[in-house]
Amino acid sequence: MPVEITKRDYSLTGRDTKLAEERGLANAQWFTCNISRQRLKELMQRRDGPAIRDTLVWFALLIISGTLGYLTWGTWWALPCFVAYGTLYGSTSDSRWHEPGHRTAFKTVWMDDALYEIASFMVFRESVPWRWSHTRHHTDTIIVGRDPEIAVPRPADLLGLALDFFALRRAPKELVRMVQHCFGQLTPAEATYIPVEERHKVYRNARIYILIYATVITWAIAIHSILPLMYVGLPSLYGSWLMVVFGLTQHAGLAEDVLDHRLNTRTVYMNPIFRYLYWEMNYHTEHHMFPIVPYHALGKLHQELKADMPKPYNGLWEAYREIIPTIFRQAKDPTYFVRRPLPDPAQPVPSLEPA
Amino acid sequence: MNDTWIEVCGSGDIEKEDVIRFDHDGRTFAIYRTADDSYHATDGLCTHAYVHLSGGFVMGHIIECPKHNGRFDFTTGQAKGAPACVDLKTYPVKVDAGKVFLNPSG
Repeated sequence: MPVEITKRDYSLTGRDTKLAEERGLANAQWFTCNISRQRLKELMQRRDGPAIRDTLVWFALLIISGTLGYLTWGTWWALPCFVAYGTLYGSTSDSRWHEPGHRTAFKTVWMDDALYEIASFMVFRESVPWRWSHTRHHTDTIIVGRDPEIAVPRPADLLGLALDFFALRRAPKELVRMVQHCFGQLTPAEATYIPVEERHKVYRNARIYILIYATVITWAIAIHSILPLMYVGLPSLYGSWLMVVFGLTQHAGLAEDVLDHRLNTRTVYMNPIFRYLYWEMNYHTEHHMFPIVPYHALGKLHQELKADMPKPYNGLWEAYREIIPTIFRQAKDPTYFVRRPLPDPAQPVPSLEPA
Repeated sequence: MNDTWIEVCGSGDIEKEDVIRFDHDGRTFAIYRTADDSYHATDGLCTHAYVHLSGGFVMGHIIECPKHNGRFDFTTGQAKGAPACVDLKTYPVKVDAGKVFLNPSG
């Protein structure tokens, strides 16, 4: 018997927005696992060292791969060089955008803010709108009509997801918004989460981004070569595939409209190289439950909480064995989702109603 | 300013560089102790999303909200950047005979 498609309204100003508010899902109280204040204080401690080290290594890798790409330009050897450069530029910038966005990567605030601005540009996200978008994502994680960062709305758009691997769905929308911002306009959705006093920064930064892109395009035209764009602009597209591979593991296929991050967020064990590239965001359930804990302490936080958590996924392979069939099924049946089994509770399973 | 002082807790009940929640008369406050043993008080809820600041992180004179990482200088109440855009209200605190007192009328 064919399944009836029930299409929900994922906009932030539509039917499901009102419904989420009426159901008490907006700005609600979320479940958190028990952890002693003393231990949490230890884990919240900020340090500059790990992020300075990781950032220097990241920039060094960008410079090395970019230089090799320049030296081998015109040969097939340039291909792996630009795959490496683009991936570091267009995918690793996602985690370097994310952690400083929370101002938890460094102890020193200006370092967080500087890296946030640089990484925002690289990952092709305007820094101010995306800071507020991500704030809303943490307030109302995967609440339909409230969360602007739901990666796989149902029914799943398989073609759109395929395009996402090279930012071909996201980037044109982002560019249109950027131009809108240059003219001093926000979208209706942005107007719901960007405060009035922050909006002048949106318009200013959009003009800076456009100016940089216009300069690079002009340079490429002047020298009759695509090479400048291989370093700035295009890597946000051709290098974004790994960001999608990592990013889909966060919430794709899991429950909507619940107030327990254990039910709508995954923790996936990853090898040290992936954890470096992703800045430990594989511990995503822990991050959502305690966003105040810096990335370099998330592994320790995971150890503290894991008895109260669903079983983590043992690598990307295990996660995608669940995600891929789920997304294919959600393309036809938008009511389907993965139900994460919670452990026998050391504390009661929370009510899904807001406190 | 009303000169009514409310007993909050013993001065040792708050750890150094930490914060506790104090509820009084239908209101909620955050009471802070710095590393050099000065005590401060603000409204208990973050001005951004109304989350209890007592779950947050104290660094020097800064309190960071546990939910969205908004920061305030709790000695002045000043918001220190997005998503904290509106200042916190601060309240006088005094320590007398090993007890912390709050003047909730500000």
